[in-house]
Amino acid sequence: MSTLHIDHVSRWFGNVVAVNDITMSIGPGVTGLLGPNGAGKSTLINMMGGFLDPSTGKVTLDGEPVWRNESVYRSIGVVPEREAMYDFLTGREFVVANAELQGLGAAEAQRALATVEMEYAQDRKIATYSKGMRQRVKMASALVHEPSVLLLDEPFNGMDPRQRMQLMELLRRMGAEGRTVLFSSHILEEVEQLASHIEVIVAGRHAASGDFRRIRRLMTDRPHRYLVRSSDDRELAAALIADPSTAGIEVDAVDGGLRIQAVDFGRFTELLPKVARERGIRLLTVSPSDESLESVFSYLVAA
Amino acid sequence: MYDPTVARLTYRALLGRRRAAILFLLPGLLLIIAAAVRAINGADDQVAADLLGGFALATMVPLIGVIAGTGAIGPEIDDGSIVYLLSKPVKRPTIIITKLIVAIAVTMAFSAVPTLIAGFILNGNGQQVAVAYTVAALVASIAYSALFLLLGTISRHAVVIGLVYALVWEALFGSLIAGARTLSVQQWALALAEKVTGEGLISSDVALPTATVLLVVVTLGATWFAGHKLRTLTLAGEE
Repeated sequence: MSTLHIDHVSRWFGNVVAVNDITMSIGPGVTGLLGPNGAGKSTLINMMGGFLDPSTGKVTLDGEPVWRNESVYRSIGVVPEREAMYDFLTGREFVVANAELQGLGAAEAQRALATVEMEYAQDRKIATYSKGMRQRVKMASALVHEPSVLLLDEPFNGMDPRQRMQLMELLRRMGAEGRTVLFSSHILEEVEQLASHIEVIVAGRHAASGDFRRIRRLMTDRPHRYLVRSSDDRELAAALIADPSTAGIEVDAVDGGLRIQAVDFGRFTELLPKVARERGIRLLTVSPSDESLESVFSYLVAA
Repeated sequence: MYDPTVARLTYRALLGRRRAAILFLLPGLLLIIAAAVRAINGADDQVAADLLGGFALATMVPLIGVIAGTGAIGPEIDDGSIVYLLSKPVKRPTIIITKLIVAIAVTMAFSAVPTLIAGFILNGNGQQVAVAYTVAALVASIAYSALFLLLGTISRHAVVIGLVYALVWEALFGSLIAGARTLSVQQWALALAEKVTGEGLISSDVALPTATVLLVVVTLGATWFAGHKLRTLTLAGEE
């Protein structure tokens, strides 16, 4: 059982602050590191893995610093996001090399390949692998020494649904075995399906922390904004504002259309088509204007 | 201080890439020229010395040193695959020293060995010319490998910088400015070659003791610094 401690860690590159004063502990079980692209997830994972020194603060694994300390890799397994991985080797050669670098041998490599179900393609060159196959061989290389901590940067990127399910199952199993598994993702559903605990990072800051129900509630209970265009904007506006699910409506005189702020998401989505049908108003555009993950996250930061 | 797995990966990366073709091309060219010169001119010690000095030591050895030295580590750092070496309980200096040994072995195999063969083709090792230039190539292989391995560790433009050093600094400035010759691996290696043949055929601008000290200092210094840089190498994310 191992715990990673991130203690008031910041990291900047020149004038850009990538990670801003983050403190968290990652313990046994599966933890999801959630955040939009560019939020600083990779920077944080690189610091947890000892590949980047924090500008301030420190990262320790059970009290041992991870930066400039090669011995921590006996207990850490790393699955990097980047694709590059000795393409001129076969999958088996690659995993065997990783095993040897851990002081192990072909038997352990073979077991790791079996764990990720890559034995069928182990003698093909990595250059011929699909993205999902590469991901699984990377997993095998990280699992070969049965690490107590597993760090994965965007492990589901480029995987098809079946491969995704398999990897989730594998990570769930590793978490249940008492290993500390941390993976990053910018997709809420991925994190929700897998992680018992979620850490949310937005714009380099630690935005939220907790189990997925709490995070989910934070995300769905926020006010939703919509841009609606219809055959009769003003009549529609009058009908909608009469209902408590709508908190405010603005008529956009320049671009045309209504900017609606809904406070009860579920009720509003039922109300809008009903009102339009009853009054014979044609809906031309209904688009959520802040559904991008970034805005969801920035809402979380403010919360 | 030597890790066989790191060595195996490095050999395969070096010899498996397309640029490895140059490793075979240059020595092949040297042997063809040597055979042609011998066939047309007959055995001539001065011609042998000129060809081995002008082409083998001045051009081929540094070029192969650039390919082997930078290629032993540069591409891995560029594409990020070095993370698979760095995320292991292997000391960083061990990684550098292993890669240096591989780079030296490859440079020696592809430059010193063909130099010896070419020397024997040219004049049957008359006046020890073949052996002298082989010794010079062996010594230069060590220094070039260490220098270019360091370059590969600290710069993404290692190949370009290496080529500029080898071709512009050593060849061009070396022939124009006497001072540049003192800071030239080629001249240091020539000092040893001069010792082997005796006076006359081969001459270096650097005295042997100075050359020896500089070779040792540059090789050890570059290796130490590369190990130090690798310990603090940061792998930034893609964001």
